[in-house]
Amino acid sequence: MNTGDIGYDLAALLEVILLSMQVSGIALLISALIGIPLGAVMGLTRFWGRRLLVVIVYTGMGLPPVVVGLFVYLMLSRSGPLGALNWPWLPALFTPAAMIVAQIIIATPLVAGFTMAAVMGVNPELRQQIEALGATPFQRTLTILTEARMGVIVAIVAGFGGIISEVGAVMLVGGNIDHKTRVLTTAIVLETRKGDFSLAIALGVVLLMLAFISNLFMMQLQGDLQ
Amino acid sequence: MQTPLFFLHRIVQCYAGRTVLNIDELAIARGEILAVVGPSGAGKSTLLRLLNFLESPTSGVIQFGGQPYGAAYPAPLTVRRQIATVFQRPALLTASVYDNVNYGLRLRGQSPQKKDKQNAVYQALTQVGLIDLAQQPARTLSGGEMQRAALARVLVLQPAVLLLDEPTANLDPHNVALIESIVTELNQRQGVTVVLVTHNVFQARRLAQRAALLLGGQIVEVADKETFFGDPRDPRTQAFIKGDMVY
Ligand SMILES: Nc1ncnc2c1ncn2[C@@H]1O[C@H](COP(=O)(O)OP(=O)(O)OP(=O)(O)O)[C@@H](O)[C@H]1O
Ligand SMILES: [Mg+2]
Repeated sequence: MNTGDIGYDLAALLEVILLSMQVSGIALLISALIGIPLGAVMGLTRFWGRRLLVVIVYTGMGLPPVVVGLFVYLMLSRSGPLGALNWPWLPALFTPAAMIVAQIIIATPLVAGFTMAAVMGVNPELRQQIEALGATPFQRTLTILTEARMGVIVAIVAGFGGIISEVGAVMLVGGNIDHKTRVLTTAIVLETRKGDFSLAIALGVVLLMLAFISNLFMMQLQGDLQ
Repeated sequence: MQTPLFFLHRIVQCYAGRTVLNIDELAIARGEILAVVGPSGAGKSTLLRLLNFLESPTSGVIQFGGQPYGAAYPAPLTVRRQIATVFQRPALLTASVYDNVNYGLRLRGQSPQKKDKQNAVYQALTQVGLIDLAQQPARTLSGGEMQRAALARVLVLQPAVLLLDEPTANLDPHNVALIESIVTELNQRQGVTVVLVTHNVFQARRLAQRAALLLGGQIVEVADKETFFGDPRDPRTQAFIKGDMVY
């Protein structure tokens, strides 16, 4: 495809695709590292405040990305509560790091909620028999996650779907800056506003392809594990 | 009797306010086979869960090897790992039969080389007659094969105590005889303590040295085999072993 014909050079397109993958990939990785253990603990153990946590996670699963964006924006902006602290490791607004933070907040409840449902779906008798065979709590959790692997992969897919396609949060905290924070979804918004529908559609197709290929890969993983 | 391996003292187990088990005193000697018989819902499986320290009792104490354990001080992993249960409804992992039998060893960091066809996993599979199904996915096993796989996965662990919950319920006569001979041999050769829960009075009589009748969560009678089956003290035991008991 000669992208020059539609007024967007290939290098710029690749840059946008790469940033989309980087931001959402890193956000997904961190969300999985937090969300899978969190979901497993919520599904397998009883502790004080568990019900409240479950309600919070369920609410988080339906958060509008734009609200998350607004929240992160307010937190990170110079006059915001965190911005004012001037911590050097805190990401600045309008950077990929800020976009990653917002996407972690969107994806983590999705990963945790679906993981919780998956481990709770594992036969309780099997859970007890795993324990009877001499598993430590950690070993037991790992085995149950392995038993629930189909559901855990669905949790990761849901988390990825929730962030690769969202525009509200990355637009607010990233700002859609060319060569810096422009990702596929924000590029689509921009091109549509400019009236360049064919480019917007092309970018949309690229986004769909990206999601499709990623999910194909996850499916492959599911098949391997079966 | 010298210091018993298990000693249950005033054990009460309640679920949602309902008392399911209420045992004033029960001693299980090291190296014996104790059969626990009783009608459905009597609390037999609940007793085994307590003996494997999978649940804490609502109240009371279980001594194991002289150490007391209860709701306030649950048994540690090292104690639990000396005890193994073959459950009434075995549940296997979504993995091959081999991996299921190897699982307990893997948990203990003692997983053998799979290439070694003489390893403990293959030996246990041979013992229960499942060696040809080693690589098969466990979910494809028949009920009886699953029960034998569940026995194999605890045999490899060489437990000091074996708790069996209706271990031959799904088996044909040939395999019943096979399992019974495995249990007898473990008990006689290696001194494994066995608690056998069964509906089958004849099986209890064939295998056990002592027997107990559990009824409505309470122990009606516990006695050596000759007394229990030949001259029971309690009329309810008489009724149960004659098969007169109506449930
Ligand atoms: N986790 C639980 N929660 C609530 N009730 C339970 C639980 N486990 C067992 N019970 C109840 O306790 C009683 C005894 O159950 P248990 O499984 O110990 O009986 P059993 O003697 O093994 O019966 P069976 O011969 O049918 O296997 C039953 O009435 C059962 O419904
Ligand atoms: Mg039972």
